[in-house]
Amino acid sequence: MSSEIFSRTAAELRHELKNGDMTSVAVVEALLARVGAVDGQIGAFLHLDRDAVLEQAEAADARRARGEQLSALDGLPVALKNVIAVKDRPLTCGSRMLKDFVSPYDATVTRKLKEAGVILFGDVNMDEFAMGSSTENSAFQETANPWALDCAPGGSSGGSAAVVSAGMVPLSLGSDTGGSIRQPAAFCGIVGMKPTYGLVSRFGLVAYASSLDQIGPMARSVEDAAALLQIIAGHDHLDSTSMRTDVPDYEEALRGHPAPWRIGVPKEYFAEGLDDEVKARVEQAIEFYRSSGCEIVPVSLPSTDLAVPVYYIIATAEASSNLARYDGVRYGHRSEVADNAIDLYFKSRGEGFGEEVKRRIILGTYVLSSGYYDAWYVRAQKVRTLIRNEFLTAFNQVDALLTPTTPTPAFRRGEKKDDPLSMYLADIFTISLNLAGLPGISLPCGFSGDGRPIGFQLIGKPFGEAELLRIARHYESAHAHANLIPELSNGR
Amino acid sequence: MSAGNEKYEAVIGLEVHVQLKTRAKMFTRVPQGFGADPNALTDPVVLGLPGALPVLNKHAIEQSVKVGLIFGSAIPEVCKWDRKNYFYPDSPKNYQISQFDQPICVGGEVEIELPGESRNVMGEHKHIKLTRAHLEEDVGKLTHFDQDSLVDYNRAGTPLLEIVTEPDLHSADEAVALLQSLRMHLTAADISDCDMEKGQMRCDANVSVRLRGTDVLNKRTEMKNLNSITGVKNAISYEIRRQIKVVEAGGAVVQETRRWDADAGVTTSMRGKEEAHDYRYFPDPDLMPVKLGKETLKRLEGTLPEPVFVKQRRYIEEYDLPYTTTSVLAFDWELADFFESALREFGDAPKTVANYVVNELQRERSAADGDGLMPIESLRIAPAHIAELARLVEDATISKQTAKEVFVDMFSSGKMPAAIVKEKGLEDKTDTSEIEAICQQAIEGNPVAAQQVRDGNDKAINSFIGPVMKATGGRANPKVVRDTLAKLLKG
Repeated sequence: MSSEIFSRTAAELRHELKNGDMTSVAVVEALLARVGAVDGQIGAFLHLDRDAVLEQAEAADARRARGEQLSALDGLPVALKNVIAVKDRPLTCGSRMLKDFVSPYDATVTRKLKEAGVILFGDVNMDEFAMGSSTENSAFQETANPWALDCAPGGSSGGSAAVVSAGMVPLSLGSDTGGSIRQPAAFCGIVGMKPTYGLVSRFGLVAYASSLDQIGPMARSVEDAAALLQIIAGHDHLDSTSMRTDVPDYEEALRGHPAPWRIGVPKEYFAEGLDDEVKARVEQAIEFYRSSGCEIVPVSLPSTDLAVPVYYIIATAEASSNLARYDGVRYGHRSEVADNAIDLYFKSRGEGFGEEVKRRIILGTYVLSSGYYDAWYVRAQKVRTLIRNEFLTAFNQVDALLTPTTPTPAFRRGEKKDDPLSMYLADIFTISLNLAGLPGISLPCGFSGDGRPIGFQLIGKPFGEAELLRIARHYESAHAHANLIPELSNGR
Repeated sequence: MSAGNEKYEAVIGLEVHVQLKTRAKMFTRVPQGFGADPNALTDPVVLGLPGALPVLNKHAIEQSVKVGLIFGSAIPEVCKWDRKNYFYPDSPKNYQISQFDQPICVGGEVEIELPGESRNVMGEHKHIKLTRAHLEEDVGKLTHFDQDSLVDYNRAGTPLLEIVTEPDLHSADEAVALLQSLRMHLTAADISDCDMEKGQMRCDANVSVRLRGTDVLNKRTEMKNLNSITGVKNAISYEIRRQIKVVEAGGAVVQETRRWDADAGVTTSMRGKEEAHDYRYFPDPDLMPVKLGKETLKRLEGTLPEPVFVKQRRYIEEYDLPYTTTSVLAFDWELADFFESALREFGDAPKTVANYVVNELQRERSAADGDGLMPIESLRIAPAHIAELARLVEDATISKQTAKEVFVDMFSSGKMPAAIVKEKGLEDKTDTSEIEAICQQAIEGNPVAAQQVRDGNDKAINSFIGPVMKATGGRANPKVVRDTLAKLLKG
């Protein structure tokens, strides 16, 4: 057990709470102190209501004193990406458009967290409307990578990754549409998981791309991620895309013994463009599985290079429609200089949206427009089916796939800002899973020579989170990369 | 000139939006309704708040399927949802969830009746083909003021069924008949109240003209949101005349949207105010396609009422009811129900029963209400009352004249007619000995007429009817009186 409270995992804290060696108030006080000490350098939090956090902690301690425990995570804190609705809290989505918007309702995952006694520990920074891979597209502030302050934490869930990575909170929720949980998890050296599409409710998740978005857990251990997933997973009648499926006991699944799994390695993910250091670390991870009795199976996913263009057609198309509601009429930013109704739309949206959001709305509008719909959108959906089928075919032979999460470690902030295309292409390893609806988890597997984290990705079968977590846990049990916290000097 | 002229024929297609009767809105559980405080019937889904998602209202699906079944449409096994993208303040998400290429109903036809030569002659019947019917969500309501506009989202999200006809109509009268037929059938099946004043039924009309005898489809104009029957009739009539004038003068009809100005009685061009819309339809990724099984269709089929004109024809054939009676009965499902319930109690005299429903009942309902009809639910009488009254007349307990008095009494008191008759001693005298005695007296009182009858002048019997009826206080059964007189006079 590490000496600092803020560096303990949720599982460790849970243990102490249970034994009476710890109180929730003590936990959150330690974390609030950590936030005070380091967030000035990181810039992860958008809102953190100290009093509200302490109030929830006191309530949790009172419950525990009465012998009531609402869940395994009762009394433990989770930070939320500011794209998840919390009643009476600002829901900015990192955008000027919603700068002053307060949600009048709870997302389903928020309700589940509350019912589980989890402490809602503030809202964290993100790329505007979840569009981006560096959190540089936030309208409010930049977030730094705790392991390399001049580097990006990844995106769009950069804030969610940074808070966990820096030890400000042991658990957070992010959202993943093209890799937005897994890529920042890899960049920041933590565990990040995107569930199967339909496992976690999207009601109250501000929509970016409806057929791709999923909320998922971010933590410093597989066990913690599993515990958080347990609370948020499950069918929701308020989300028509939510799957009616039994949610297994993920913690129970983790206790199972490792099996001689068949691990597929798709060759297309190890082609050129992959940073040498990343390649080396990921190959070490592969070697670990092989040497522990797993069969490493070479597979091919030929449509991999089509994934990025297909994604940027489908996601932007859906986004262009999902973001149409932001017009200043009912809520959100309303321009003060408009002449008439149409002008109000133009000006409010022009002032409220950032460049990347505008870029994607225009692209999405284009691919849906008359004369182009068949050539772009319909064709992209057809290729999407091919991509999914290739995965499912591979899963006839293997139990999971292992790939790098990103082609490089975290890039320097500002480096890709003027080159959106290069930013898009870096999503190559994460994006296919969103298109195929499959679950994926990123685990840290080492560092680059200059101390930037490197992650590898495990891809599982549809609704196969239990097995996926077990395979992930197997790696983690022999490595300690995840629960490392960077040295951050106190102050400012 | 609501139907073109000798040279030109009008070609009309209608898009009728019908608000479905469901408790809740199309994609969320907020109730739908008319007249609530502005923006009271809203929730995050209705308002399109960040993070809100739609959930299908199954009742709306069932109501729509029923419409298709009533009009013989095909109900495809699978239908799906598409987003119709356009920006407007009455549309909370700036897209409308609708159905583009896989609607819930395909094809079908609506029987309509045109006005006859006179009121009591059945008009021509036609079958108007439907292209399709699809489900969508309604939008909110904008009200414009000098400085600004206000929007009320109470109506937003209400389930709307858009019924599209083929360009099968050729006159304003036919268009009106189509709307009336829709209303009759949909109210009878409890699918919609189709009250145009409350916006429950709205109509867009596409109008063009062509030379008679040709079957080309020329450029058409579209008139949107005609919201009353007279509006539909007048707008279409005007537009037909206007287009013929344009063509006769050598001009060409411009394909455009036109606005009906009821006050001025003209349509005006909206060109320039509306740009061509590219709605960028694509399948809504928040909703699953809908699969309709055979069992569901069968079950819904079983809930359908008899189609209106089928009922009317049955009333004519089975009960030999006159046309005017059937058009009152068959076109008003509540009256038809009342009538048929009464027949179940006493089925021997459908004409009498029909008569009481169509005349007596309606008259009393009208008298009882200020400016309409007393609602059926508020009546003190039930079908059983009318059934019993008819029975009393048929078995000669009371005369038709007496029955009229009894009706008024029973309508206001709710008492059964037999009880009223007994109470007031209104039975017809059918005691033959008593009648014989009175007839005998009458005969003796008028020997001249008596002789005339004996000599073969049957008409002379009428002279005795008056005195006999007077002597019996109007209570003698006329048939019995006549027979008795005849027997006494001729032996």
